[in-house]
Amino acid sequence: MTEKKDAAGPHDSQRVPLLVAPGEDLGDSEGYEVGHGVIAIGGRIRATKNGRTNVNGKVISVEPRRTAYMPRPGDLVIGFVEGCTNNIWFVDIGAPFNAILPMSLGPSKTDFGGTRSVIDIGEAILCRVQEVEETHSSVVTMKGMGLRKIRSGAVEIIDPHLLGRLIGKQGKALRQLKEESECRVIAGENGRIWIDGDFEGTLEVRNRLRSMTAEAKAATPGGVA
Amino acid sequence: MGYGDVQMIDANGIRNDGRKAGDVRPISIELGVVPVADGSCRMKWGSNDVIAAIYGPMEAHPRKIQRQDRAVLDVRYNMAPFSTSDRIRPGFNRRSREISKVTAEALESVVMLELYPRSKIRVEIEIICAEAGTRCVGLTAASIALADAGIPMTDLVISVASGKINDVVVCDLNKSEDNYGEADLPMGVLPNSGELVFLQMDGDLSPDEFQEAWDYNMNAAMVIHEYCVEALKTGRYPQ
Repeated sequence: MTEKKDAAGPHDSQRVPLLVAPGEDLGDSEGYEVGHGVIAIGGRIRATKNGRTNVNGKVISVEPRRTAYMPRPGDLVIGFVEGCTNNIWFVDIGAPFNAILPMSLGPSKTDFGGTRSVIDIGEAILCRVQEVEETHSSVVTMKGMGLRKIRSGAVEIIDPHLLGRLIGKQGKALRQLKEESECRVIAGENGRIWIDGDFEGTLEVRNRLRSMTAEAKAATPGGVA
Repeated sequence: MGYGDVQMIDANGIRNDGRKAGDVRPISIELGVVPVADGSCRMKWGSNDVIAAIYGPMEAHPRKIQRQDRAVLDVRYNMAPFSTSDRIRPGFNRRSREISKVTAEALESVVMLELYPRSKIRVEIEIICAEAGTRCVGLTAASIALADAGIPMTDLVISVASGKINDVVVCDLNKSEDNYGEADLPMGVLPNSGELVFLQMDGDLSPDEFQEAWDYNMNAAMVIHEYCVEALKTGRYPQ
């Protein structure tokens, strides 16, 4: 696959996924909108991440090979409680900053000072990102359907950008995995997967996740995770 | 025999390791060599062997180093005690502090730090084997590791040093040329825009020699950039 520095626009990449490195020129920005992983400088589009270009209509973006999780409001995430005060839990959601879970958004009515008796440090929770500030501090909530403390099963961690592969088109791959393993599998947007079921099923899901990660890392020329 | 008396280039312009004046030492790049890091790169450049690992973005500690509008780059350049023939006392010293600082400043110009306010990105550069030009190898390896970690960057930084030996300007000095040569000029280049983000000079060069060393560095940076892009696209670049 060759790079097209002299291309007038990213038209060719509509047909061929083009692997790019940061700083690579993707053509004229005229008539195109910049998406994730690209930037427009001086009328030209330039990649800012290492990955595969994606042209969707007029939006050009780069699907990165690897990326850190950045929380967005509405994300379903699995977090580990790292600390607490009398009325707040501090939750590690895999983002650069710990999220806070105020007592008012906790799973049940809690007395002031009784946070540890409800969710103790080290416990895992299924929660939703309620708010993300400009400075990337986030607030999570446990008020909502299905949001709870995780008491059973296992939590596996994969790279967040591999979630698409796990879930598949309209959730087909994930549904199939659930049926095959007879396990409850809940995928958090932060790349943490809760697997709940019998031992064999859990093992099957875990092996599947690990082989998927290994496949993605062993990227071959012309194909990228 | 003093400095400058050692014969390092013959009448045909062949250097003591068989290279011509404009040749670069062999380079190999491997990605993902530190599995626990968010991104990593091992770069072999001649006999130099360098590992760069990236951790983060993460919460910046202590809080006084946090910047409200951008992330901070915490670069640590370190030479392993066994990396040279004379054992290096472990820990930070004046030289490693200086190189860490200039590396951080060079990388700050390409990493889009404004996307991660109040965070810190840790860049660890470990020199396993040193031949000459470790700061250049460290800076280049760090920029590849940052790209491997998925940190948004406007360009890669490619660093290379040229210098003067026996009154001849040559590209990419090796150990004896670095030790007994008259001058060296390490440069950090952004290959896509041709901008300069890092420049140091040790010794004296005339304006013409400076221009010649500059041109060697620019040309070498473009060649090395192709290796780096190849490595990033394929996951590894075998020698």
